[in-house]
Amino acid sequence: MFSGFMMNTWIAATIVAVIAGVVGFFAVLRGSTFAAHAIPNGAFAGAAGASLLGISTLVGLAVFSVAGALGIGVLGRRARHDVATALVLVLMLGLGALFVSVNSQYAQETYALLFGEVFGVSRGDLLPIAGLGAVSVAVIAGVFRPLMLSSALPEVAAARGVGARRMEIVFLLIMALATSMTVPVVGALLMFSLMIGPAAAARSFTSRPGAAITLSVAFGLATVWTGIVVSYETNWPLGFFVGAGGAAFYLAGRAWATARRTRAVRSGGPAGPIAAGVPG
Amino acid sequence: MRHFFSYLAEPGLLSSGPVRVALLVGTVVAITSGVVGVFTVTRGQSFAGHALADVATTGGSGAFLIGLNQFWGFLVFGIGTAAFLEIIGVQRRRGRDVATGVVLGAALGLAALFLYLGSATTSTTGASFTVLFGSIFVIAPSTVPILIASGLIALLVIVPLSRVLLLSSLSPDIAAARGVPVRAVGAAYLIALAVSVSLSAVAIGAVLSTALLIGPAATALRIAKGPVRATAVAAMIGVIATWLGILLAYDSYYWPPQGHSWPVSFFIVALVVVFYLLTYLRRPSRSRKAESATARSGDRACSAAS
Repeated sequence: MFSGFMMNTWIAATIVAVIAGVVGFFAVLRGSTFAAHAIPNGAFAGAAGASLLGISTLVGLAVFSVAGALGIGVLGRRARHDVATALVLVLMLGLGALFVSVNSQYAQETYALLFGEVFGVSRGDLLPIAGLGAVSVAVIAGVFRPLMLSSALPEVAAARGVGARRMEIVFLLIMALATSMTVPVVGALLMFSLMIGPAAAARSFTSRPGAAITLSVAFGLATVWTGIVVSYETNWPLGFFVGAGGAAFYLAGRAWATARRTRAVRSGGPAGPIAAGVPG
Repeated sequence: MRHFFSYLAEPGLLSSGPVRVALLVGTVVAITSGVVGVFTVTRGQSFAGHALADVATTGGSGAFLIGLNQFWGFLVFGIGTAAFLEIIGVQRRRGRDVATGVVLGAALGLAALFLYLGSATTSTTGASFTVLFGSIFVIAPSTVPILIASGLIALLVIVPLSRVLLLSSLSPDIAAARGVPVRAVGAAYLIALAVSVSLSAVAIGAVLSTALLIGPAATALRIAKGPVRATAVAAMIGVIATWLGILLAYDSYYWPPQGHSWPVSFFIVALVVVFYLLTYLRRPSRSRKAESATARSGDRACSAAS
């Protein structure tokens, strides 16, 4: 299980879980769940287009995920955010259908891009993942305070001169950056599950940002490591175990939050941060 | 002149069996999606609408695995998810999106498993592609009556509820004060959404299902005054996009690359998005501004209420 090619899998999965845990915390906090689904999913169309033109898949993924992020950000200014996201997503997937139909030999690879090929990671793949992962975590660290403020208290942030729209674009671009590198390795589906489940669970357990990010990363790592072991033993796809693990953590978090709330109500004491309306 | 028409619509368009079925099913789906979509957009549940389509396709691959008609798999998974989302019952929009996301992630994982188990026995690598994108040209004529029936069911649930639904979407407090059972209405609406979305996902694929649900409705809400007109306009835009898309896909056989049609999903999606973007050319009038302001305050009322 820890032989040569499996080592690459372990390293890649660990990097992806850390990035997803950090980016996912903000995605859940900002309510950008739909965008977290749309950007990785739509980006796969870019890969299909790149293979049609004969250029690197990575370029296609990067172009489409950045274009998708900007599209959501710009359209979302004048319309409902979820409507903008849905339209950008279907447009990218429609283009993907066109690219794939023109270049029929690509159909097999779509499965890999949607569901990932985490057991086929080569040593050469690791460096770009690690590099881009480090960049996106560094960018988040750089804008941590304004991003946190505009996510939690948009009005206060606006009063202090942190533009909500600018922060939105910055955050979507970070997500695009994280996506374009991780999708070819773990697939659009896995990236999405890893971003949402663990981060949502972490928010139920604590309301302090630092602790929540740490917990989110820890849950992500636990999910993905368990998933690799079980997937290695049963040969079932890793995406299934990651999706199930994310849901299990989320349900546990909800149960914990509910239990705390009832206890707080019964003892009549202060409700605590969770009962004070942290969305589950 | 004759030449022009044959260029516009390739001769034999209407005599082809698959095209006729596609036009019929496309029309039913476009009308249902347009009507349901107006409420979906008003309630801010686009993500749920999209997630239900994806989850339904998971049911489809599951049904395929055990040898049932795919439509039942679509329906069972769609309604099951809608019920689950309602039981979780997160009223606040942000939390609701997170719950939807978690369900979607788990369902997509399940889809990966079903596809793996399916391909282990039959080796169908293209299955994920077909499930996601579907094709309006390969609908079996025998499923058409079920598709039409479920479209009618969705409309029959939505139309009588429309007034109550709109009130409880825009201002749950006032609705509750007037004695509207807000939760029950929301649940009925989600079930109708699930039926309508599984209908369109099985017929035309998950991607197109979302496009027809959200695009025409969002366009109509920008240009039409009042919910009744918006509903009619949404259904009309959906039907026009579907017909034009089918026509273009049929014609595209003669476009480069030779001897290969472009996918109909691409045309319909592109048309829907173009229609939506065209509304941006209109300058927002005074009444429109006022309307969007009330909609926004409705939003605020929603989040304040939860």
